[in-house]
Amino acid sequence: MASPALKVHDLTTEIQLSRATVHAVGNVDLEIAEGETLGLVGESGSGKSILGLSILGLLPNGGHVTGGSIKLYDRELVGMKPRELREIRGNDIAMIFQDSLSSLNPTKSIGEQVAEPVRLHRGASRKEAFDRALEVLELVGLPRPRERMADYPHQLSGGLRQRVMIAIALSCEPKVLLADEPTTALDVTIQAQILKVLDDLEQRLGMATLLVTHDMGVVAGRSKRINVMYAGRIVETAPSEELFTAMRHPYTQALLGSIPRLESDASKPLLSIPGLPPDLTHPPTGCRFAARCRFATDQCRAQEPPLTGSGDHQFACWNPVEGPAIITVVRPTASSAPAGTVVASVINEPAPAVSAPSSNGSAPLLELVDVVREYPVTAGALLKRKVNSVKAVSNVSLYVNPGESFGLVGESGCGKTSLGKLIVGIEKPDGGHVKVNGEELFRKRGGELRRARRVVQMMFQDPYGSLDPRMRVRSILREPMQIQGIGSTKDQDKRVRELLGEVGLPVNALERYPHEFSGGQRQRIALARALVLEPKIMVADEPVSALDVSIRSQVLNLMKRLQAEHGMASIVISHDLAVVKYLSDRIGVMYLGRLVELGTGDDIYRRAAHPYTDALIKTIPVPDPAIEKAKTEVGIRGELPSPIDPPSGCRFRTRCPLAQEICAEVEPPMRRFSPSHQAACHFPLQTPEPETAAANGATSAAATGVS
Amino acid sequence: MAEPQDISAVGFGEDLGQGVALIPAPSGGLHQLVPDAGDVYATSSGWRLAWREYASNKLALIALALLILVVLFCFVGPIFYHSNQTLSNPLDQTQPPSAAHLLGTDENGFDELGRLMLGGQSALEIGAYASLVAIVIGTLYGAIAGLVGGVLDAVLMRFVDVLLSIPFLIVVLVLATKYSGTVLDISLVLGIFSWLVPSRLVRGEVLTLRTRDFVIAAQTMGANRRRVIFRHLIPNAMSVTIVNITFLIADSILALALLGFIGFGLQFPNTSWGDMLGNAQTYVTNGEWWLVYPVGGLLVIVVLCFNIIGDALRDAVDVRLRRR
Repeated sequence: MASPALKVHDLTTEIQLSRATVHAVGNVDLEIAEGETLGLVGESGSGKSILGLSILGLLPNGGHVTGGSIKLYDRELVGMKPRELREIRGNDIAMIFQDSLSSLNPTKSIGEQVAEPVRLHRGASRKEAFDRALEVLELVGLPRPRERMADYPHQLSGGLRQRVMIAIALSCEPKVLLADEPTTALDVTIQAQILKVLDDLEQRLGMATLLVTHDMGVVAGRSKRINVMYAGRIVETAPSEELFTAMRHPYTQALLGSIPRLESDASKPLLSIPGLPPDLTHPPTGCRFAARCRFATDQCRAQEPPLTGSGDHQFACWNPVEGPAIITVVRPTASSAPAGTVVASVINEPAPAVSAPSSNGSAPLLELVDVVREYPVTAGALLKRKVNSVKAVSNVSLYVNPGESFGLVGESGCGKTSLGKLIVGIEKPDGGHVKVNGEELFRKRGGELRRARRVVQMMFQDPYGSLDPRMRVRSILREPMQIQGIGSTKDQDKRVRELLGEVGLPVNALERYPHEFSGGQRQRIALARALVLEPKIMVADEPVSALDVSIRSQVLNLMKRLQAEHGMASIVISHDLAVVKYLSDRIGVMYLGRLVELGTGDDIYRRAAHPYTDALIKTIPVPDPAIEKAKTEVGIRGELPSPIDPPSGCRFRTRCPLAQEICAEVEPPMRRFSPSHQAACHFPLQTPEPETAAANGATSAAATGVS
Repeated sequence: MAEPQDISAVGFGEDLGQGVALIPAPSGGLHQLVPDAGDVYATSSGWRLAWREYASNKLALIALALLILVVLFCFVGPIFYHSNQTLSNPLDQTQPPSAAHLLGTDENGFDELGRLMLGGQSALEIGAYASLVAIVIGTLYGAIAGLVGGVLDAVLMRFVDVLLSIPFLIVVLVLATKYSGTVLDISLVLGIFSWLVPSRLVRGEVLTLRTRDFVIAAQTMGANRRRVIFRHLIPNAMSVTIVNITFLIADSILALALLGFIGFGLQFPNTSWGDMLGNAQTYVTNGEWWLVYPVGGLLVIVVLCFNIIGDALRDAVDVRLRRR
């Protein structure tokens, strides 16, 4: 093997704040050979991005490398003059950033931006640089690059922008490529395409790539070696297969165990890591994971473990584990038994939804019939003429039974959030009916509306935006009761304390403001707030997508438990099929405003009938190198069409491998594949039930709900 | 497939992390080192952070200290420095500074230092009242326009545009002549014509706030518009308004000085720094400097202080916003 392209030895980076020092990265060693991809995995705050920025010499204000060395072949980068470093940056070492919208200059055309590094580093003429830019844009698979060169970043979709970012990074044929969360902001189908581009390029250009990500699935298939970082330290480094099958560090084990997987049994809870990562301004003396580790001993708390192990597989742990966690379930303790039986029956009861909603004689709790929601696109400053509309939700029909949990999956822009807002009654449908308990919320007024709102509550995606920053937790949790006029101040206070306990927060949280909590804790507060009014339905819009993996499983387990405990129905909206499958009895798949498939978790995962669902499942990165490396094809080609002017007939036809003429002409009706399973496709991947059931077409889905 | 009972244990273990234990733990032994959701670290409150940022700005601290001195001078000063400000005394006309009159006397024989205090009182009072009136009207107006949106918003904001295009001073002059020049009258007149800018600022803030999830959450709980405005929108727009108040005070003090200077200010026995400057302009060429420089200097200092404080507050509040 050639000498490593990039070698980091014993690197320590600190960030000086006004009153404290963050020990962001400590004693990190890495090596990347030419043509190799090294995965660097860690949660937010683990120091993985700071490590990348240290290599580039682009640390934020107050940040500096305090020790160690970074070598690009034989050149030492630490302590290099800024001018020399500038020559290396963008030329020998290039970086791909996460957020393509803010990382591209909005006032320059993409052609100019790709050409810029070529002109800077190679002294190329305008013409030469543009030729090179065209070449690179072709290389990264930008469709019709010659025409797009003059486009500005806002004219491109997220996936295309990310391709442009990659083109900029590659324009000078760098020797080392740092990819910091290159696909995190993208949809799964687009993510698969971008990862494919990176794969191909690495093989063709022979660069050394450092792939920094929080997503185990993304690194699994793409890197030879993986480093796991926790709280500024590398805790384990091993070849990919070994890391996934024979990890030694408890953190790696817990991290992998806490990811909801599509193929796993949803009735089993996820492994979760309690607590939070340590505060890096005052890191603990011993092992930094000790406070959250099941196997921690006094030695762990007193002494920091060094990296040990064989040459290829190293880990920093005093009490290493052997391989992945095997989840065994603890027998109930006496104290928890009485309440527990209730839960058990709810979780394990064959989902009532599998049969038709009328099976138990009662009407469904929530019923959507041909719901349409369109947002007007206006023109003109004064009169605001309506020129067109964004078709956010088009003729969606579904029902949810009491106590059932329903999941909605889809990519961004598929209308799932709009549907959520329609269900909680924040928005009014432009057509069709949204009925809760047989009544339409948006037709009510005043006190009647206020009381009706108790039934449906919502949990939001962004834990930072969903809590009023000016209110203490006590007021936040009391607010629903104050609005609804429930109970005396004393009763309200008692209830607030109860709820706080239920979501696992200490009592001292009551007097604090939202900014004093971590993301996961805020999401717990938001969950508590949604529960205050004892709603019959809770709508959770991307409840965990803003959270770190280890925190995510805490919140998922909590949501699942509380939902069962309170006997609520829930609607979980997410782009992540695994999350939805873990939380839901039944799943609806949306594409561009339409519901394309409806079924139980197994219907969707094992017997997907719609080509979109099938492709979606295939593109989800699985944290398992064996599966990931076996994947050869990119699931879905192309970009999401505009919801302002969706394709005629079946909306998926522009990206569908099975599309034929009829797909453009006739909108496919919902067909039944089993009592619980329906999909809208002309050429389904499963055999539909006999014609009698399908004859009713699209209305059959709604009809089952009405009858 | 796990048995139901097993699941229940998982669901109801003391916490989620340990519920899924690898090793069966004895009952009650499930409590671990950290609370389930992790510790809540006490961090500084937003306001404390803002104050820290403010205090790191030396100029702003000096401005604040100076301003406090001026306030003390104007309101506490008269207790220690007695001077006749009600009966004119022709015998004492335009005396230069002396032991009896530290800053001399004006053309009516009033002690100039005492008059500075009196003028300062009216300036600061009018600044405070006028900005209060302006901020209350402006905040409510802007919040309603921003939250309700649509046609009402368009109508309300076009009305603001129209008012902004009317020369403010002319209207104030007309009104000032119609009403007796008491502190309250002038405050109201100034206040009623300076809420326009704050209303625009608050509307802008509310437009971004109203799409925030916590406002939507309040709506799903059944909160009505009044509650949303008073409990959520206005408190969160407070940082904008607080910064704006300081600028409003400075503007009101200047406007008052201008009114006084051209002779439409407060009526006797009240006086303002503008009146004093206006009266003194005829003497400035005669070498009677004590009638011009102290009052002019004080006016500049006070207005400058408010502007510096406003700038520093804006930066400080930004820090707080970044933290959230």
